[in-house]
Amino acid sequence: MNQKIIIEPVTRVEGHGKVTIHLDEEGNVARTRLHIVEFRGFERFVQGRPYWEMPVLVQRLCGICPVSHHLAAAKALDVIVGAGTGEGLTPTGEKMRRLMHYGQIFQSHTLHFFHLASPDLLFGIDADPAIRNIIGVALKHKDLAVQGVMMRKFGQEIIKATAGKKIHGTGAIPGGINKHLTPEERDMFLHGPDPLNIDKMIEWSVAAVDFFKSYHKKNKDLIDNFSVFPSNHLSLVRKDGALDLYHGVLRAVDANGKKILNDVDYHDYLKYIDEEVRSWSYMKFPYLKHLGKENGWYTVGPLARLNTCDFIPTPLAQKEFEEFKAYTNGKPNNMSMHMHWARLIEVLHAAEMMKELLNDPDLLEGELVVKGKKQYEGIGLIEAPRGTLFHHYRINENDQVVMANLIVSTTNNNQPMNNAVNVVAKKMMTGQREITEAMKNAVEVAIRAYDPCLSCATHALGKMPLALYLYDKDDNLIDEFISQ
Amino acid sequence: MSNPRILIYGYGNPGRQDDGLGVFLAEEVEKWARENHLDHIRTETNYQLNIEDAAEIHDADIVIFADASLATEESFRLEKLQPSPRVEFTMHAVDPAFILYLCDTVYGTIPEAYVLHLKGDSYEMYEGLTAKGQKVLKEAFGWICSFLTSKSIPE
Repeated sequence: MNQKIIIEPVTRVEGHGKVTIHLDEEGNVARTRLHIVEFRGFERFVQGRPYWEMPVLVQRLCGICPVSHHLAAAKALDVIVGAGTGEGLTPTGEKMRRLMHYGQIFQSHTLHFFHLASPDLLFGIDADPAIRNIIGVALKHKDLAVQGVMMRKFGQEIIKATAGKKIHGTGAIPGGINKHLTPEERDMFLHGPDPLNIDKMIEWSVAAVDFFKSYHKKNKDLIDNFSVFPSNHLSLVRKDGALDLYHGVLRAVDANGKKILNDVDYHDYLKYIDEEVRSWSYMKFPYLKHLGKENGWYTVGPLARLNTCDFIPTPLAQKEFEEFKAYTNGKPNNMSMHMHWARLIEVLHAAEMMKELLNDPDLLEGELVVKGKKQYEGIGLIEAPRGTLFHHYRINENDQVVMANLIVSTTNNNQPMNNAVNVVAKKMMTGQREITEAMKNAVEVAIRAYDPCLSCATHALGKMPLALYLYDKDDNLIDEFISQ
Repeated sequence: MSNPRILIYGYGNPGRQDDGLGVFLAEEVEKWARENHLDHIRTETNYQLNIEDAAEIHDADIVIFADASLATEESFRLEKLQPSPRVEFTMHAVDPAFILYLCDTVYGTIPEAYVLHLKGDSYEMYEGLTAKGQKVLKEAFGWICSFLTSKSIPE
């Protein structure tokens, strides 16, 4: 039987971004805006549904990071079923979820690096788009392309084994998980034939970090100066300050490293974070309340996480982290292109974490679910690949969701992405009256560093453009460039 | 002589009405192949295609990508697929021709490949297919069973 879900306002994810650039009388860039037509109706459409549907239902929103929504919703519902506020699950429940999550981080980050970032790095921002893609990478560096394909596949297989299936996984349920890992699955991931085993994944992850560092040495100007601006940074960290992508407390630091949110309980996020609505964008602009709208915006994601945490609790990634921190003398790193470096260190960390978890006997046996006294409100946060993801639900006595508030990673990065576009546009487009391929791609590269979720799970063929519009001082359109 | 290794790869979001047509078709084919002991036919489903699917298809002889489509007037249309290096902006999802091209580049081999366009009617945030989508699914399933049978060698 079909289930009808009403959406108000009725709208659809279009999966495209639009950049507008306005010039002043002298031809200088006066104003830039990144408009993301992001679906904002899902908080409404889940209302009235039974709460236990949420971990599966919310995956329908996004074909890119369904696991992150799945887990954030499950964490929020752990609270509602009385399973504690993030630390009350059984060892099996928490570790299976962590394995699923690190599989997601691993596959998402590797896709971004090998498929999105490496072509720009290998061929240059102004290279012919016909070669500046993974096909170009495969033709010139076949080993890198193979690694990208197989690392993605490994992460996807981890997700399938822990979530149950690739589409609409059901693994995480309120209060825990619904399955163990089988010994056969564990052995396949640990000791499968090359290259699909965890040791090869770690080896390739180390190589990917080395690749970036080597490239950085030869291309310091691009990597260090392409898009730099001071920012606050926000993420979860473990209570002892370690990088933790699954659970922790909320920490934020300013551009100089001063803590501006000091390890607070994320269940109190409404005390600290608000969202501003601007008329020209569907996407809100979150900010730290005590700093105000002007100064309280922040960056989330890999760069922010390495800026907020004190250490990484796996040895190989920690070694890389130390080098990363030393590059800015321990201060927060505000260079947008260093997001790639941070992302690759997280790939390595995720691989190490998966190995640690796969060797843990709790995955194969033990209690799966815990429940306690029912609550009527639950909040779950997780560090999704693109940054901090907030899920917040209230239910009624009939177990129906009556309120949902989701702040997704790309929304958290709204202002930083706008700033990055502004910095690049000023550098590339001042005094110009037409948009060249190099200009357009420079803007894309700035946006891509944040790996925003512009596309969506409705993907009818041929609908995913990035549009770039250039206006003169009188708001007359003087050029446009639409990627198809 | 053995049967060709056939992969039916349905993709789309079943939570968005007819966008799930490809997924539902692959699920129907999987059930039919299992019931008829057609072990040379396997299926795969996902929200969208991505680079790891080059590895998924490289050892198949025939691949049919089944997807909801705006690009067909008929209920369904089979299109022979040629490799294409064309890429899109975000690359969070790629099209079948790109997967084929990547497969060729990485593995040096490609299967005989097709896209089965399944005419979608509506893509809103509803569970299940529309009435028109259900009709398309039924017709396409009937056709693909005949097609797969014709490509198979009788035991």
